[in-house]
Amino acid sequence: MDARDRELVNLLHGGFPIEAEPYARVGEQLGISGAEVIMRLARLLEQGTLTRFGPLYDAVQLGGAITLAAMAVPADRFDEVAAIVNAYPEVAHNYQREHRLNMWFVVASDRPQRIAAVLQEIGAATGLEVLDLPKEQEYFLELRLPA
Amino acid sequence: MSEARNLTTQQGLDAIDRCIVAATQAGLPLTPRPYHRLAEQLGLTPAEVMRRLVRMIESGAVRRIGAVPNHYALGWSANGMSVWDIPDEHVDEVGRIIGSLDCVSHCYRRPRHPPTWPYNLFAMVHGRSREQVEDEVMAIAALLRDRDRGHEVLYSSRILKKTGLRLTQ
Repeated sequence: MDARDRELVNLLHGGFPIEAEPYARVGEQLGISGAEVIMRLARLLEQGTLTRFGPLYDAVQLGGAITLAAMAVPADRFDEVAAIVNAYPEVAHNYQREHRLNMWFVVASDRPQRIAAVLQEIGAATGLEVLDLPKEQEYFLELRLPA
Repeated sequence: MSEARNLTTQQGLDAIDRCIVAATQAGLPLTPRPYHRLAEQLGLTPAEVMRRLVRMIESGAVRRIGAVPNHYALGWSANGMSVWDIPDEHVDEVGRIIGSLDCVSHCYRRPRHPPTWPYNLFAMVHGRSREQVEDEVMAIAALLRDRDRGHEVLYSSRILKKTGLRLTQ
């Protein structure tokens, strides 16, 4: 990732234009061509520097719902429980964390009633308590890149 | 279709909006005229695709069109989920303070589950090392003084799954 890539990613935090040739427009602001913007984005995605480029949807605003859930999984059952949790398409992310509560996952669905159902099913299938930690308020600011 | 109607009544999204959402779940086409490409795929006019995306941004269904960075790849090699027990009467004020810090990307208020889980404020703290994250958390604690009734930092040791939101088929 070079300085121009960083400029590009920072610029995209401000939003991407909705017009016929948006990459060319972004390129104008950076002094490069639209083709170079596309080439750089493709490379950043391929390298995994960016995990996604496109419309960022809000599950709740789409009429769905999202929550964060946590479980304290015994070490000897960790992989078994991870497989049960990950099998749900509604589980968007799942992270192992260094804590007594060692499994943290996000459940998102365009069908709000699925959230409680998935948590309840995971609790029943694993015999473990599932903490439901939905976002009540967001204090939002974009991540800035280190200089 | 019943689901599309359901979404329409809830959020003003109709079946065509839903097709646009489905067509862009993997991302926006990396072609010079991406909205034209989507329009071709969906049998719409480009103007219609753009008009609907603008409306979805205005309604909040789309936060924005943008890039999701991989923090690790950007040099934020360490990140910790800091969790805080803040008196309810101070949590919004404290959330706004923490949420405005450069080292914090996401800051949320979430419910406590006492006695298992006493924390009501979550903040993702990023740094180049775990030591830097620890320093930043200490600096936040110093800022909060007695409004911090307790905190912990949870580090992720493994990504078990990362796919993002998928629409029900």
